[in-house]
Amino acid sequence: MDKDKNLTSEEKEAKKKEMILFLSDSEEKESFFSKNNRKLLTDPLDDDNPITVQVLGICSALAITVQLEPAVVMAIAVMAVMAGSNIIVSMLRNLIPSRIRIIVQLVVVAALVALVDQILKAYAYDVSKQLSVFIGLIITNCIVMGRLEAFALGNGVYKSFLDGIGNAAGYGLILIIVAFFRELLGSGKLFGYEILGHQGTTAAESTGLYSMGYENNGLMLLSPMALIVVGLIIWVQRSRNRKLIEEN
Amino acid sequence: MEEKSVNKTNSNGYTFMFAIIMVLVVASVLAFTATSLQPRQYENVRQEKMQSILNTIGIETDRPGAQALYDQYITEEIAIREDGSIAEDVDAFAVDLAKEIKMEDSEQIYPLYVANYEGEEYYIIPLRGNGLWNAIFGYISLEDDINSIKGATFDHLGETPGLGAQITKAWFRESFVGKKIFDETGKLEGVSVVKGGASTDHEVDAISGATITGDGVSTMISERLRHYIPYFQEQTDMKLTE
Repeated sequence: MDKDKNLTSEEKEAKKKEMILFLSDSEEKESFFSKNNRKLLTDPLDDDNPITVQVLGICSALAITVQLEPAVVMAIAVMAVMAGSNIIVSMLRNLIPSRIRIIVQLVVVAALVALVDQILKAYAYDVSKQLSVFIGLIITNCIVMGRLEAFALGNGVYKSFLDGIGNAAGYGLILIIVAFFRELLGSGKLFGYEILGHQGTTAAESTGLYSMGYENNGLMLLSPMALIVVGLIIWVQRSRNRKLIEEN
Repeated sequence: MEEKSVNKTNSNGYTFMFAIIMVLVVASVLAFTATSLQPRQYENVRQEKMQSILNTIGIETDRPGAQALYDQYITEEIAIREDGSIAEDVDAFAVDLAKEIKMEDSEQIYPLYVANYEGEEYYIIPLRGNGLWNAIFGYISLEDDINSIKGATFDHLGETPGLGAQITKAWFRESFVGKKIFDETGKLEGVSVVKGGASTDHEVDAISGATITGDGVSTMISERLRHYIPYFQEQTDMKLTE
């Protein structure tokens, strides 16, 4: 409030206008890539990350971060589903009865995923085989439902679309970081390629680090390590980004 | 105005109507897509089956090309009963193992594919069993000594990506090549997935973090192969036992 005293009356007026513009749902007046819209995309990458700050979608982050490849596939699939379901729920937001809104959201997500799965099975069979194990993980992913409930139900279609893409990107980013460390330390590979050399049954058959007696850390392959890596990421992120530190 | 619309969407009648319409719309859209796409999906599954069968004897092909190669190299499709006799009236290719393994052993039909590739004869046996989360399945091919493994393919419905799901990977499949399913006395040993380094002809290396899926593969191989012993006994001089 003290700061406002130094502003001229014109500046105050301009600030007020900005506030009104921000509060009202006035997409038409905003340009497509206005500051607010860009924030929707970039905030979830750091300040408002779905995994490390909102703590959504932890369960799937444990399950599929053993290797990089499934993590990347999952990130792309979640992005498609979140963008689609956010658009649909945002379009229906004034029609959905509030008492059954969670059920409606669940039906929208499940129907969308099932529909895409059917189409892929017919026209892109190999992709559908890759994705089949992720279908259940996407439907039950709390990020999707969480963003529908927190954002799409109260915002316009375009903003909801951006929010879906942004949150899926933030989710994917953490997934890929965790998978990078788990695959590298757990199996000495990245995307299936042997980065640290080949591990044979004896030291003589091994190459690279393994010939010097290096061993893979089998613990990294187990789910608890994903939690610990996520914890480390949160630690690093909060020490870098003071905004995230809670006041006691 | 605003209040009115809120009241409207909160009334019981509206909520019921919304739910009913939503369910009808979603159900008809899904039912329509599923039925209209079914022939295409079925064709994909059929081609993939041929592709996997060809893969086990070392023929690499893409899905659309599988039919032609299958007709060229697969010489016989045999439907075998438990006692080793042949069920002439059954189409072995159409046998659905997912349904068969739920039946009594004596009622099941055991399909066997015989291939002739580069002058050698191979026997290809379809497999099906349980992994950690859901069914695992695949094919294993034997050379004409009915003992050495020529190749194997595996697939699964829902094993964990990065752990159990790795049974589909080439390095795991290739570790079966050259292994033996019977020991010197003709006793069925199968191939076991073991931790800490495979040392014999009946063992392959396990996948870290996928113990139950690996055990599922071991069980599946010995359980399925067991049923073919009566039929194979007629093809070989060695005395085969379980």
